[in-house]
Amino acid sequence: MSALTVFFTGLYYIAAITLIGGLAYRIYEYSRTPAPLNIPTTPAPTTRVGVSLRMAREVVLFESLFKSNKWIWVFGWLFHVCLALVLIRHVRYFQDPVCEIIAFIQPFGMYASIGMVIGLLGLWARRFLVDRVRYISTPSDHLMLALLVGIGLTGMSMTFVAHTDIVALKGFTMGLITFDWQPVPNDFNLLAHLFLVALLMLVFPISKLLHVPGVFFSPTRNQVDNPRERRHIAPWAAALDKEQV
Amino acid sequence: MAAPKFEVPKLSDTAYTDVPKIQEGSMSHIKSFIAPQAPQEFLGYPWELADDWKERAIDRMGQLLGKYRSLRVFMDACVHCGACTDKCHYYLGSADPKNMPVARQELMRKVYRRYFTLPGKIAPWLVGAEDLTKDTLDQWYSYYHQCSECRRCSVFCPYGIDTAEITMAGREILNHVGMGQKYSNEILGKVQKIGNNLGLPGPALEDTLLGLEEDIEADTGVAVKMPLDVQGAEILLVTPSADFFSEPHVESLIGYAKVFHAAGASWTLSSHASEAGNFGLFNGNYETMRTVAMRIRDAALELGVKRIVVGECGHAWRVAYAFWNTLTGIGYGGNDPFSIEMQKQLDPRYKQPMHICEYTWDLIQKGVLKFDKSLNDHRTITFHDSCNVARGSRMGDEPGGQFTIPRNIIKAVANNFHDMAAETIGESTFCCGGGGGVLTDDLIELRVKGALPRMNAYNAVAKEEGVNFLALICAICKAQFTKVVPFYGFDMSQVGGVHQLVSTAIKLED
Ligand code: HEM
Ligand code: HEM
Ligand code: SF4
Ligand code: SF4
Repeated sequence: MSALTVFFTGLYYIAAITLIGGLAYRIYEYSRTPAPLNIPTTPAPTTRVGVSLRMAREVVLFESLFKSNKWIWVFGWLFHVCLALVLIRHVRYFQDPVCEIIAFIQPFGMYASIGMVIGLLGLWARRFLVDRVRYISTPSDHLMLALLVGIGLTGMSMTFVAHTDIVALKGFTMGLITFDWQPVPNDFNLLAHLFLVALLMLVFPISKLLHVPGVFFSPTRNQVDNPRERRHIAPWAAALDKEQV
Repeated sequence: MAAPKFEVPKLSDTAYTDVPKIQEGSMSHIKSFIAPQAPQEFLGYPWELADDWKERAIDRMGQLLGKYRSLRVFMDACVHCGACTDKCHYYLGSADPKNMPVARQELMRKVYRRYFTLPGKIAPWLVGAEDLTKDTLDQWYSYYHQCSECRRCSVFCPYGIDTAEITMAGREILNHVGMGQKYSNEILGKVQKIGNNLGLPGPALEDTLLGLEEDIEADTGVAVKMPLDVQGAEILLVTPSADFFSEPHVESLIGYAKVFHAAGASWTLSSHASEAGNFGLFNGNYETMRTVAMRIRDAALELGVKRIVVGECGHAWRVAYAFWNTLTGIGYGGNDPFSIEMQKQLDPRYKQPMHICEYTWDLIQKGVLKFDKSLNDHRTITFHDSCNVARGSRMGDEPGGQFTIPRNIIKAVANNFHDMAAETIGESTFCCGGGGGVLTDDLIELRVKGALPRMNAYNAVAKEEGVNFLALICAICKAQFTKVVPFYGFDMSQVGGVHQLVSTAIKLED
């Protein structure tokens, strides 16, 4: 095996462990931390089903963001929807044979990359053009956008400019999954793409990408508005009651 | 009114408030008075910074991160999208970028990152992490007392990040190292020692109520009573103590008494629980909030009441509606001895606790109350949704009942009603500018500036619709607006309560 293959193979195992382990730890941490008070932002649904719908609207439509700021919503939603399509299209590198839905998505996924990059550039432009957003932007905000744009552009270079050897790539990716390691194709665009993706996986659990699990754990969005009907109490708070009686 | 030492913002030509360009540091001089030894000692906090203040602060922060999921998730989830940056009334009124909700959060988040996250430990410059310094602590003190915990930002954030939760945590950490706020902490002392925020002792309360009974009788010819500490009464009314002797608050108290009278209800006030307000909420200390709330439970158990009704007060209603069940067992669904003891005494046919507006509206729907609406004809009324009621509670059975029920009452007792611009009411309502523990003279500049978005909306309906009455259901809103509307050219008599309108129009029989 070439040094290159060893490097990328190792990198992807480390990246995968960091991503999965890191996210699992975060989710464990969030779920373990009690929410001692009932604090949904009202008006809020009064049933669990209602809360699931509210959450679905937040995740799929970015409902609150839509109420809040149409420009961020347009760019942000475009970016995320296109990202979702792109990622679905990518399943084909990890599945053999490729299932029908994934095959069906293929053509849309191709153009989704354009939407994804436009969305990212729109969000990025706000960080320079709007004084309030400029004020709150940190270097890591810019780098995160640069990273995703980089992933998008290197990916698109393979889709639209110089095709890469998909069969060889699939050998490499399937090899990672089946622990039957194969050489990584030596194509600069692909290697750049893969390197940036590994970077994204590595920073995921320690960066603002934690908004992904965060949105599901936000008490102001995931709690039911029923405090008069149900006693909502955290274990540490229940201990105070015992002292009283 | 003495000339202010700061520039009062100009009203705009429309109902809306233009988003200002940022002016860094424009409010950095704001500093409310620090709590002296006595209230700090009473609450169990130090009153000056010790040598190890930094360790104490970080330590407390770690504890809070472990106790509150809100804080934990909100510290991580923000993507700096900027959607909240133009949502805070203090930013709109002051242009200080640290009053943008995300920047207010960032004051804590940068410290969180430095001490609790990997990237912040190894590459602080990259992710905007910073050591906790005395300077940062001072900024916390300043800007965590420039937030009224109104939750408007939380409505508009894609993850529902509620800056109020962060402000509360910030104030708790500040208290923990010895930088408490004089105003809130003195009140927390008074309510626990005397029974109410104003420090009005039992005998004085009794006198006040007798005086009010005489006034009502002289006015209407009907002997409306204001019972105090009546053992075995059916309803316990818990109301903000400002209702007992501040104007215009007392007019609403008279309104509640008339409603009870007209309904023939058996009710009582309690000298032990002569305060609905609970500043424990503002400081983010669960134990304090619980201790203050326990007075209500104790009074209810002692008097043997079957129902608990809460008067016009925004944050008090949030605590009552959303937290009393948790803190004190007043509510339903508890299955532990502590809450069963309380619940078995309460009448299960009614919501517990119940807002006075729910109570009155229920009677109106049943046709129990009769009104002469024309008595309110000199008023053209608009309604200000108080932030804690709007975004932290509910009335009635349906989500949004907190918006419809008070308006329904107003329309049932008066002929002229106009809402303010849609973007400034309901869940998007702007805070009065004085909530969350900033209702103190040492923060008057903040209060005046923070009222700007509401004043613009009010000014628009005053001009276009001839509105001359701002109806409220919050003691803090009432006090704040009475003080602040003159800065914007309105007369303070335009400010009053919903039950003041009820009081004007209700028909009483002996
Ligand atoms: C459950 C899935 C997700 C939801 C609900 C979600 C939601 C959001 C929302 C509402 C925003 C703020 C608005 C905006 O800037 O677009 C946002 C920002 C962002 N999201 Fe997501 N997201 C999800 C998944 C992801 C994933 C998988 C990634 C990356 C791989 C990602 C990367 C980002 C980035 C980088 C930003 C910040 C954009 C900026 O700098 O302005 N998101 N997300
Ligand atoms: C190990 C994981 C990944 C592999 C092996 C991979 C590989 C590839 C390949 C081979 C292409 C070229 C497709 C073609 O020739 O038609 C591509 C395109 C692309 N990739 Fe990836 N990629 C990975 C992860 C990602 C991730 C996480 C993102 C987004 C954050 C991404 C974004 C894109 C985009 C936008 C394109 C261009 C549009 C398209 O063809 O779908 N890739 N990727
Ligand atoms: S809670 Fe209200 S006052 Fe505090 S930052 Fe948010 S909008 Fe501003
Ligand atoms: S809206 Fe929410 S995620 Fe966006 S900057 Fe404000 S707090 Fe952060």
